[in-house]
Amino acid sequence: MNFDAIAENLPLYLGGALTTLKLLAISLLGGLVVAVPLAVLRNAHSRWLHGPVWAYTYAIRGTPLLVQLFLVYYGLAQFAVVRDSVLWPWLSSAWFCACLAFAINTCAYTTEIIAGALRNTPRGEIEAARALGLSRAQVLRRIVMPSALRRAIPSYGNEAILMLHGTSLASVVTLLDITGVARDVNSRYYIPFEAFITAGLLYLSITLALVGLFHAAERRWLAHLAPRS
Amino acid sequence: MDATPTLQVTDLHKRYGDHEVLKGVSLAARPGDVITLIGSSGSGKSTLLRCLNLLEQPHEGCLALDGEDLALQRDRDGSLRARDAAQLQRWRSRLGFVFQQFNLWQHMTVLENVIEAPVQVLGIPKPRAIERARALLERVGVGHRAALYPAHLSGGEQQRVAIARALAVDPKVMLFDEPTSALDPELVGEVLKVMRDLAAEGRTMIVVTHEMGFAREVSNHTLFLHQGRVEEEGDPREVLVRPRSARLQQFLSGGLK
Repeated sequence: MNFDAIAENLPLYLGGALTTLKLLAISLLGGLVVAVPLAVLRNAHSRWLHGPVWAYTYAIRGTPLLVQLFLVYYGLAQFAVVRDSVLWPWLSSAWFCACLAFAINTCAYTTEIIAGALRNTPRGEIEAARALGLSRAQVLRRIVMPSALRRAIPSYGNEAILMLHGTSLASVVTLLDITGVARDVNSRYYIPFEAFITAGLLYLSITLALVGLFHAAERRWLAHLAPRS
Repeated sequence: MDATPTLQVTDLHKRYGDHEVLKGVSLAARPGDVITLIGSSGSGKSTLLRCLNLLEQPHEGCLALDGEDLALQRDRDGSLRARDAAQLQRWRSRLGFVFQQFNLWQHMTVLENVIEAPVQVLGIPKPRAIERARALLERVGVGHRAALYPAHLSGGEQQRVAIARALAVDPKVMLFDEPTSALDPELVGEVLKVMRDLAAEGRTMIVVTHEMGFAREVSNHTLFLHQGRVEEEGDPREVLVRPRSARLQQFLSGGLK
């Protein structure tokens, strides 16, 4: 066992952890912001509104994240229109492509999680809001959405952890996230076990931190569903 | 006594598919009236109450509150809906509705439940709404529960919060849809007591109920609905004591449920 090499490269690993956290934060935030309106559309009566969202979430949830990442990073570059467009400086960056692919991916899952929570809003609570004179927009903004987002927290916590693990694919498109650093260290010293067990431990600690964070969020925002203390 | 009714309902019809549940029902509530709607399940009494604030859309009929007609127009499915969303919101905020299942907003505390409509619908400043909400919660005897979530209250307490929530918009008429039917028997009394107090204060109320004692003692007018029609109506001390129609006799003796 050669953990001296790991110790020497610890700053590299910490840099990798920072990259992983940034990838995770950006994709989760971007995905969540877009998922909220998409979840509303997903439950719309009109076929023209819910159809496209349905197609999007099923396409994304039905294909591997790695394939989606390859399509964004390598696939788009094949087209001259893309290479000549104003977006090219972004689309040629591995950073941007990884964030984009991850956001598109987690957004699809998040949309379904929130749409499900919206559908499970007790009908009586919506009726009570209408009966008291709240407008449609107020019913959604004040009653349905806050209630659904709270109930979505446990499932969303799972999604965040799956997404954390998914960010390891960023190493395939040259990014030095935790997995990227581990691959780098391994290729320099040929210590695959030490290199990757360190990566694993880092992912585990971030996962545990996320679990703690989401438990705190549940205590804060789901107190109304907890048994009375 | 004021001659113009606070709430006037004329010739209300409602269908579900081919089944007509209301076949032309009229009623008028004058200020201070307590009207009870009785009848077996399926008689249309809850549907009638829910039509009054358009939680159900009637197919025919007119509604007027304080002399103001609710503008209605034909929907695609043939029922009537409000022509103007703003008028409907104003209309609803003048009718306080209390549900059988309480329907409190679970993610809000008791106090937040009560101030929601005053702040969001009536635009009352939050500090004033809170002050008023606390007074209302005190009045229905759940002031000490203000900071809790509804799920942590008993059914009777939840229903009293729901009554405070409906009162918070200072409605012209309070509508109660079987307010004690979902409660354990020992909790019924505390809710009925609050309703008696409201009646004694001169609140105009329309109450769908199975509590014949309440109908007899508190209301001044009773409508007995049978198969979507008003079969018999009048002073409850008359109607419930000496029913004329065979169906009401049968209902009161427990043969019609």
